[in-house]
Amino acid sequence: MTRVVTSTPVKFGALAVAVVLALLVPVFATDPATTNIAVFTAMYVGLATAWNIMGGYTGYISLGHAAFFGFGAYAFGLVLAHLGIAGGYEPFLFVPVAGALTVVLALGIGWVALRTRAATFVIVTIAMMFMVQLLAENLVGLTGGGAGLSFPVPPWTGDFYNTPFYYAMLLMALVALAVSWWIRRSKFGLGLLAIRDDEDKALAVGVPAHGYKLTAFIVSAALVGMIGALYGYYVTYIYPQFAIDPLIGISIVLMVFLGGLGTLWGPVLGAVILEPAQLWLAYNFGASRLYLVFYAAVFLVVIILMPRGIVPSVTSLIGRVNNRRAVGPSDAAGSATDTHVIVEPAP
Amino acid sequence: MTLILEAVVFGVLTGGVYALMASGLTLIFGVMRIINVGHGALVILGAYLSFALLNSGAHIDPFVSLLITMPAMFIVGVVLQVAFIRPLKEDREALSVLVTYAVALGIEGLLGFIFTNNFVQLSAWYETASFPILGFHIAYVYVFGFGLCVAILAGIFLLLYRTPFGAAIRATMLNRTAAQLVGVNVDRVSALAFGIGVATAAAGGVVFGMTTSFDPGSHYDLISRLLTIIVLGGLGSLRGAIIGAIAMLIVEDVAAVVISPVWASFAFFVILVVVLVVRPQGLYGIRVRERI
Repeated sequence: MTRVVTSTPVKFGALAVAVVLALLVPVFATDPATTNIAVFTAMYVGLATAWNIMGGYTGYISLGHAAFFGFGAYAFGLVLAHLGIAGGYEPFLFVPVAGALTVVLALGIGWVALRTRAATFVIVTIAMMFMVQLLAENLVGLTGGGAGLSFPVPPWTGDFYNTPFYYAMLLMALVALAVSWWIRRSKFGLGLLAIRDDEDKALAVGVPAHGYKLTAFIVSAALVGMIGALYGYYVTYIYPQFAIDPLIGISIVLMVFLGGLGTLWGPVLGAVILEPAQLWLAYNFGASRLYLVFYAAVFLVVIILMPRGIVPSVTSLIGRVNNRRAVGPSDAAGSATDTHVIVEPAP
Repeated sequence: MTLILEAVVFGVLTGGVYALMASGLTLIFGVMRIINVGHGALVILGAYLSFALLNSGAHIDPFVSLLITMPAMFIVGVVLQVAFIRPLKEDREALSVLVTYAVALGIEGLLGFIFTNNFVQLSAWYETASFPILGFHIAYVYVFGFGLCVAILAGIFLLLYRTPFGAAIRATMLNRTAAQLVGVNVDRVSALAFGIGVATAAAGGVVFGMTTSFDPGSHYDLISRLLTIIVLGGLGSLRGAIIGAIAMLIVEDVAAVVISPVWASFAFFVILVVVLVVRPQGLYGIRVRERI
C-alpha cells in the first residue's frame, strides 16, 4: 500500500498547495461570472463530501439529500427573519443553528428511512424529499409557500459580492472534508465500511449498525443543511421547487460516483470537474432544456465506462504500474488483482 | 357523504391507471432487481407521443394511437435495457438508479426541446362528456381509462401465469441464477420484460395525459408516487402494486375532500411512513437480505 499511496509529506504538501490555490481564487479571478462558478463549485465540493459520508462509507444511496439542503436554507431564512438580523457578516454566525435544526429533521427521516435497506431505502429517500417539498409549499404561514422566502440582502456590491460567500462555502467544504477524513480513520468509520460490505455480518460481529447508520445519516444531513443555509443567503430568495430541487440531489450523487464512491478525494474531484461543466451547459443551453440531454449523456458515459469512479480507477492503475516495476512484468497480472483488493479501501 | 363516495369512486378509477403504471415498474424491479427511476419520464414520453399523433394531420384518437405507441415504446424499452442496463455488472442496484435517472433527464430535456415546457393535455370527446351516477357525474374518460388498464393488467397476468414465456419471467424473478441453470435466457427475458414494462407505461401515459395536464417536468411528481406505491405494495409484487395504487389514490382523493386538496399528496406519503414503521417490507414484500 505504501508503494501505491505516495508518502505522507508529499500528500500534505499537495493538500497545502490545493488549499492555498483555493484560497487565492478570488484574488486572481475578480469578475463575478468566474467567482460565481467558484462559489457553486465550493458548494458542491462540500455537498458531495457530506453525502459521501452516508452514501460512500455506509453504502446507503440517498437521493433525497436535496431535502436537507432546502430545509437548511428555509430554517436559516426563518431564523434570520425571527431574530431580525440584517445582511452582512452577522448571519454567517447563525449557520450552525440551521445545522442543528437539520439534525432534528434528519433524525426523524433517518429513523423511518433506515428501517429499510438497499433499493427500498433509495426510494424512501426520494419520497421523503417530495414530502419536505410539499411541506415547504403547503405551510404557507411559515414558509411563504409558493411565493417564496426572502433573506436579508447582503450589503456587498460589484466584484466583491461573491467573495465572502466563496470563503464561507470553502470553509464548509473544508469542515466536511475534515469530518469525512476523521470518520474514515475512526473506529466509527470502520463500522460504517463493515455495514457497507455486509450489514448482517457487521451486526454479527457487534457493530451497532442502527446507531452507526443513523449517526452517519445525521452528520451527512447536518453538513448539507448548513451548506443549504449559505446557499439561501447567497441567492437571497428561495421557493420550494428551487431550494428542494431533485436535480441538486442527483448532481451530488453523480459527482461522487464520477470521483469515486467511498473515497476521501473522489467527491472533491467529481465536484470540481462536473459543477463548472454543468454551469457552462446551463448557461449556454439552459433556455431550451437541451442541457439536460447533454447532462444525461455525460452521466451515462461516466457510469457505463467508469462505474468505480476516477480515484479508484487511477489508484489501481498506479498500483499496477508500481507493482510491475517492483516484481517484474511476468507477475503483473496476478499482483494487479492483489493491489486492487488492497487499494480499494484507501482514501 | 356523496362527496366522500365520489372521492372513493374516483380513487378507484384513477387508482387503476396508477396500478397499471406501477405494475410495469414493479415487474421491471422483480425481473432485474433494478429501480427504473425513468418510468415516470417514459409515461410522459408515451403521453407526448399520443399528443403528437393526435395533433398531427391524421388526428389519431389517443386510445387508438396506443396501437402505434405501445409497440414503439416496447422497442424503446428493449433498446434502453440493452444499451444502459445490461452493461452494468457490479453494484447494479445503485448504478441502475443513476442510469435510469439519467434516462429520465434525457427524456425531459428532449421533450422540453421539442414540445416546449407549456402544459398540455390530450383531448377527446369523452374527456368532457360525462354521465350521472349515484348523484354525481363521471367523465367517460375515467371509465374508458379504467377499462383499458384492467384489460392490460389482465393481459399481463395471462402472460405471466399462462404462457411458457411468463413462466420464464417468474422463474427469473424468483432466482436469476437458478433460472439460468435450467435454461432460461435471462438476458433475453430481462430485455423483453423491460420492453413490456415500458409499453405499459405508454398505455398509462395516455390515460394520465387525458385526465391531467402535463409538461416535460411532470415525471418527478409521477415517479415519486409510483415508487411510493411499489414500496407500499412490496417491491416486485404485482398484486401489491395494484392494491397499493388503488389504496393510495382512494386515500388521496378522500383526504382532498375531508382535509384539503393541498394536503392530498401529503396523505399519500404519510401512508408510506406509517406502513414502513409497521411493516418495512411493504404489504406483499418478502423480507430479504438485500445488499446494495
